[in-house]
Amino acid sequence: MESSDCMVVVSPSDGYALEYGGQNEAIFKRRTERIVREIAERYAPAEVRIQDRGALEATLRARVETAFERASREDGQGGSER
Amino acid sequence: MNAERNFKSENFKSENFKSGNFKSENLALTMIKNALGREVPVSIPGLGSYEPYVSPFAYLERELPAPAKAKSLPSPRPQKPRHDKVTDSIENAVRRSGLENGMTISFHHHLRNGDAVIPMVLKTLSEMGFKDLALAPSSLPDSHDMVADYLRNGLISRLFSSGARGEVGRAISAGELDAPVVLRSHGGRARAVQQGDMPIDVAFLAAPLCDKYGNMTGSGGRSACGSLGYAQVDAAHARHVIAVTDGLADYPLRPRISVPQYLVDQVLLVDSIGDPSKIATGAARISRNPVDLRIARNAFDLIAASGLLTNGCSFQVGAGGASLAVAAYVKDYMAEKKIKGSFGLGGMSGYMIEMLEQGYFEAMFDVQSFDSAVTDSMARNPSHMEIDASCYANPFNKGCVAHNLDIVVLAALDIDVDFNVNVQTGHDGVLRGAIGGHQDTAAGAKLAVVVAPSFRGGVPTVKESVTTVCTPGETVDAFVTERGICVNPRREDLLESARAARLPVKDIRALKAETEKLTGVPDAPEFDRSRVVAIIENRDGALLDSVYKVRGNSASLR
Repeated sequence: MESSDCMVVVSPSDGYALEYGGQNEAIFKRRTERIVREIAERYAPAEVRIQDRGALEATLRARVETAFERASREDGQGGSER
Repeated sequence: MNAERNFKSENFKSENFKSGNFKSENLALTMIKNALGREVPVSIPGLGSYEPYVSPFAYLERELPAPAKAKSLPSPRPQKPRHDKVTDSIENAVRRSGLENGMTISFHHHLRNGDAVIPMVLKTLSEMGFKDLALAPSSLPDSHDMVADYLRNGLISRLFSSGARGEVGRAISAGELDAPVVLRSHGGRARAVQQGDMPIDVAFLAAPLCDKYGNMTGSGGRSACGSLGYAQVDAAHARHVIAVTDGLADYPLRPRISVPQYLVDQVLLVDSIGDPSKIATGAARISRNPVDLRIARNAFDLIAASGLLTNGCSFQVGAGGASLAVAAYVKDYMAEKKIKGSFGLGGMSGYMIEMLEQGYFEAMFDVQSFDSAVTDSMARNPSHMEIDASCYANPFNKGCVAHNLDIVVLAALDIDVDFNVNVQTGHDGVLRGAIGGHQDTAAGAKLAVVVAPSFRGGVPTVKESVTTVCTPGETVDAFVTERGICVNPRREDLLESARAARLPVKDIRALKAETEKLTGVPDAPEFDRSRVVAIIENRDGALLDSVYKVRGNSASLR
């Protein structure tokens, strides 16, 4: 993973859960929680894991949205598509 | 300043520090708010009493304490003619020094990450069963994680430094050392040593070249490090001085002597004082990072607009990416306008020496040599002059060079809307930097420019309030990023000049808002505010800020 980026993994779950780690975990927990919740509300309940290497808000938002979009595809092939 | 404030050795050995007594639970420090609104202790058991910071030059207005008597001065050590100072046993050297538990030992950090003397001596002292020592190096390099082991095993019970990093910083921030660490600028340390605030009992001074009577220098030998500016202060004031060398030179050492023989008690011969490849890393190069270059260009434009770049000007710049790039713009400008400066100051990089050799400055004052391009320059350039840390920046002597400085360019970890600068604690609140000459040159220079990117690793640089004030905002004239120039409102004249030159001037709060739109607003790190783990002294000894214990242990902070 590049610096200024983040890796997002979305898995099916009974309820919403966020696991946020990385170099900024102590200071951006609340910001990240807010952004992820806002996006997650539009999809089925999922567990979200984020490894952050200093992503800006726009990057984080794009990665999370893309992860949810791909995870929601009915063919289940979203993950391999680039 | 409080006249009671003399840190005598007896105080250092106070029962308060005997293991078990100085426990955080028992320690209720009385705190007072200083002029910056920061809470600082009024006294610390075993360390002494403190004045809160008032203003950068408040010390000029108040009565200063008389220097502590005798303890800080070298005791008479008459030696008979042709006395043999040389030993090759660290144990023997330590025994002859008279070192006892509770005393203060010092080292210099000129060998940087290549230094083998601190680990070697601490290991031996630990094996000899010493405990409760105060460690007072001029700074601690990144590589010295092993110092944390000796904080934990009781060899070292107090630490005085310019900074703490790596495992040492994490251990302190996690509260593993009972006594708060005292962090000072280079000028502040020289002041503390010369005033007797911090008497040094035994100084172990790495000496790249040294003769059998202790004449030493750093500009030569296989472990050459250039200037010995920090070591010179300790050599002149420690009760006992041991030169540690792997380069025994013919007597008399020539042509340069940085520390003369009459200050040196013993010469300790060892196999190696350090790893030469890590002592003098390659010459620092001008950054190619476009963000750094944009910052440097903005900073240079402001410097040019200030009108200070004229014949006879003086200049200091760090070796960091954006800072050094400012020097390149300054050099081009001086060439174009046929300007010749008076002196360059500070940690010397190869780039500054190049400017000396090409005739852009008359002289360079060198308290610490940053890279390999510098270590042999003093030998060939008579105007490349070694100065000690007191001459560099001590505010209490009869005039330091930092007070003659026109322009300084400094880096920062973060800065706040009042221009207070933090160079000591990271975003997580953990100690990870060093004060160095930041405070001293910001206070001394006519124009102090702080440079940094507007955000790093996704975290904005401008804070509402910095976690730790290391340099007070009153001494910082401008903060420059790739997104524009924030002039301190206290400097209306500079703001006017910048506007007249049509520079991208920006209010620091506007910059903060602009950056936070990209990054979001970070939370402040969480601290246990009942537990002070370090104090930040201003260069005059008044307290600027306190550093608190972070949540979690040192393993979880990695």
